[in-house]
Amino acid sequence: MSILGQCGNQVGQELFSVLISDSLEAQRQCRGEPGRAYRDCSLERFFREHNEASYARAVLVDMEPKVITHAVATAAKSSTWKYEDGSYFCQKQGSGNNWANGFCVHGPRHEEAVSDLIRRQVERCDRLAGILTMMSVAGGTGSGMGTYITQCLRDSYPHSFILNQLTWPYVPSTEAVIVQNYNSVLTLSHLYQWSDAILVHENDTVHKICAKLMNIKHISFCDVRVPLNGQPALERMAEKTKQGFNKSLANVLILRGKDVSGADPEAFLHPGLYSSWLPAGTAFSTWRSPVPFNGYEKSATLVSNSQSLLKPLDDIVGKAWNMFASKAYVHQYTKFGISEEDFLDSFTALEQVISSYRHLAYFHQYTKFGSSEEGFLDSFTTLEQVISSHRHLPRCRKQYGSSSEQIHTVRRGRVTNLTE
Amino acid sequence: MTQSIIVQVGQCGNQVGCRFWDLALREHAHINTKGVYDEALSSFFRNVDTRRSDGENDITSGKIRSLRARAVLIDMEEGVVNEILQGPLRDVFDSTQLVTDVSGSGNNWAVGHKVYGPACRDHVVEKVRRAAEHCDSLQCFFLIHSMGGGTGSGLGTHVLSLLEDEFPEVCRIVTSVYPSAEDDVITSPYNSVLAMRELTEHADCVLPVENQSLVDIINKIQQMAHSGKPSQVIRKESTLISGRGGVGGTEKPFDAMNNIIANLLLNLTSSARFEGSLNMDLNEIAMNLVPFPRLHYLVSSLTPLYTLADVNIPVRRLDQMFTDAFSKDHQLIQADPKHSLYLACALVVRGNVQVSDLRRNIERLKPSLSFVSWNQEGWKTSLCSVPPVGHSHSLLALANNTCVKPTFTELRDRFMKLYRKKAHLHHYLHVGGMEHACFSEAVTSLSSLIEEYDQLESTKSLLWSDAPRLQVAT
Repeated sequence: MSILGQCGNQVGQELFSVLISDSLEAQRQCRGEPGRAYRDCSLERFFREHNEASYARAVLVDMEPKVITHAVATAAKSSTWKYEDGSYFCQKQGSGNNWANGFCVHGPRHEEAVSDLIRRQVERCDRLAGILTMMSVAGGTGSGMGTYITQCLRDSYPHSFILNQLTWPYVPSTEAVIVQNYNSVLTLSHLYQWSDAILVHENDTVHKICAKLMNIKHISFCDVRVPLNGQPALERMAEKTKQGFNKSLANVLILRGKDVSGADPEAFLHPGLYSSWLPAGTAFSTWRSPVPFNGYEKSATLVSNSQSLLKPLDDIVGKAWNMFASKAYVHQYTKFGISEEDFLDSFTALEQVISSYRHLAYFHQYTKFGSSEEGFLDSFTTLEQVISSHRHLPRCRKQYGSSSEQIHTVRRGRVTNLTE
Repeated sequence: MTQSIIVQVGQCGNQVGCRFWDLALREHAHINTKGVYDEALSSFFRNVDTRRSDGENDITSGKIRSLRARAVLIDMEEGVVNEILQGPLRDVFDSTQLVTDVSGSGNNWAVGHKVYGPACRDHVVEKVRRAAEHCDSLQCFFLIHSMGGGTGSGLGTHVLSLLEDEFPEVCRIVTSVYPSAEDDVITSPYNSVLAMRELTEHADCVLPVENQSLVDIINKIQQMAHSGKPSQVIRKESTLISGRGGVGGTEKPFDAMNNIIANLLLNLTSSARFEGSLNMDLNEIAMNLVPFPRLHYLVSSLTPLYTLADVNIPVRRLDQMFTDAFSKDHQLIQADPKHSLYLACALVVRGNVQVSDLRRNIERLKPSLSFVSWNQEGWKTSLCSVPPVGHSHSLLALANNTCVKPTFTELRDRFMKLYRKKAHLHHYLHVGGMEHACFSEAVTSLSSLIEEYDQLESTKSLLWSDAPRLQVAT
């Protein structure tokens, strides 16, 4: 786990506390084998046992020392776990809320030191399941340097699963940084190139669960810790999701605690929740565990890759674009090495994402491996020909010309073969 | 924790600086009861062992031995600096921090900038460099000077560009005292406009201060103090103008006014020195408040001006403090931000104030203020838990607002009145390196600055719509 910036470090410390208390609690509540197995597994995944102490598998990074010092001290005070000595890196001056300062200056300057710390942690793992980075998008260090480090992680560990946990700026907010929209746009557009999944939560919510997640790009996390009293509650939750008419690409429902096997997530399979081309059965999964979470008798969490993030993302991009159109604050970034071109690239990338979510396309997952849009078109054309020929047998046998003679109407309607 | 260095230039700069150090010591003494040299102190002071004199005598922790200000004192005549060195603050400075000369600049910007500038450049660089070496992590230079004279204005701006050359990564925040219309230095408009050009080019942030505003604040406080009503007796040491409790002895003529400026600087740096739930570093001020590089003139206002002595009277409501911060009575320049356009606004709050109080007040005040279309949420806030001496809480508002335009326009008009008649020009043109071009370039720079503010302000009443977004292929 790589923890960056003021916000990231504060959340990270809380996360580890919860992980430990959850595993200890599980052992207490679930007598016997399931509890012990859960505790061992949980501890092994996130902590390193050494000399009877649990050391968090984490690297803490910040450009100014206050928060890390506080986090390390708080952890050490709790008798259950601590951060390893020498697992943190800090400097004396912050990044001044400036993404470019974090990405172009602090990132490269301290790359070696931070990569070293991370490598040491990785070497201590028997099998690296993945890397979770925690940062905010509004500031300078978490966002800028966090993005740079994610890039380094991707280069150094190309086959590792990288999950970025981002704290989304809560708007409107008086704790806001005025340039947070720029910082957010730059972070997201860059992270998209290197991250496997981006988990987002708004500033006011506190993370309590760290779950294994599907390998999808953009996940929104509705931390709905609804103490389940039975069926009706689940339906209520599904209703809430349905009401916004947000389509989902995929949903994962994680149920823990008593009576999990009895809970019926039928409501989540409603086809209205998913795109027309996505069968609900494939897009939705339920993970159940009888081991309760952190002392709650029952809990449910919904992790959703859906259009619900569309509005916040659109808002941020819109506000940042308005600022950029007036060239406001741009000089603060250009002086550190980010050009107006870079800004434009970032905006373009995010507009693409917004557009894709609006239309829920999956192209990028194929194009990143070499397929092109042309390739898709050719495939569709061929299949339309096949379908068409079967439809018209035996009435007419036409020679079909090469695809270049056919005019395609793409995207809205089906490919139409105009030689028919 | 970062450190800052104060560079005080000229008579006004040094007098204000003197008050700053006195009040800073008072503030730290109030909080630091154990006499331990802590991070807060280290932002402005070094802790030295006076038994060693080799310059390597910094003690970074433990008990306070002897405090030295992180300052460089520059003046081309000796009067003011000598007075400081013989006064109660003499132990806070040593000879390695001074750059002085004897004959003064004769209220002539050209002498300060073109003669003394190059002549003592090496000296100044050496002193500043030495001060910087004593800093672990230098974040900011604070330059204090006046605009109307010769040394502060001319040499001060030369030092500013020197700081930019030698320490490009360190933020430069300048506190400039602007002359009022009835200033007794006739050529103050020349000096000010010539200096303005330098400020526009080389400073990261400028906090303009007008003497008239300071006088108005003093009058307001004294009116309160002498009102005779028992319910309105104020605690003397709590006023913005008081130097009570400091090391300084008897109050000197300009002390009251200079104390206000000193308090401005103390409040500005409070979040960088002390703990708080929402810290704001000094480089974040420039980052968030300066959307365009030349438009970096910030209108400051301080509240409260005093605390009531009678503790039975309920503490002034917090909300009143926020309202006051946006009233003209509390500003350090004569301007009207409420009826102009805000580009950005920072609120530096000290004391026991919660985020919810902040939010509530911002929501309350927002409707009466106009923010530029692309920065409707242009508020930057910081919360420092340590209040100033004598208060339970305080607020400093820094506004980047187009209301500075009339101030600059008036300055330009006063300049043109003299320049058209070529009055007193020969004093300047006699100085090597000065030509008519210097004047015309300076006034052009000022005019284009005014024009930029004007263009922004004209968008105020327009119905704005969002900029058309990028279209991507779906």
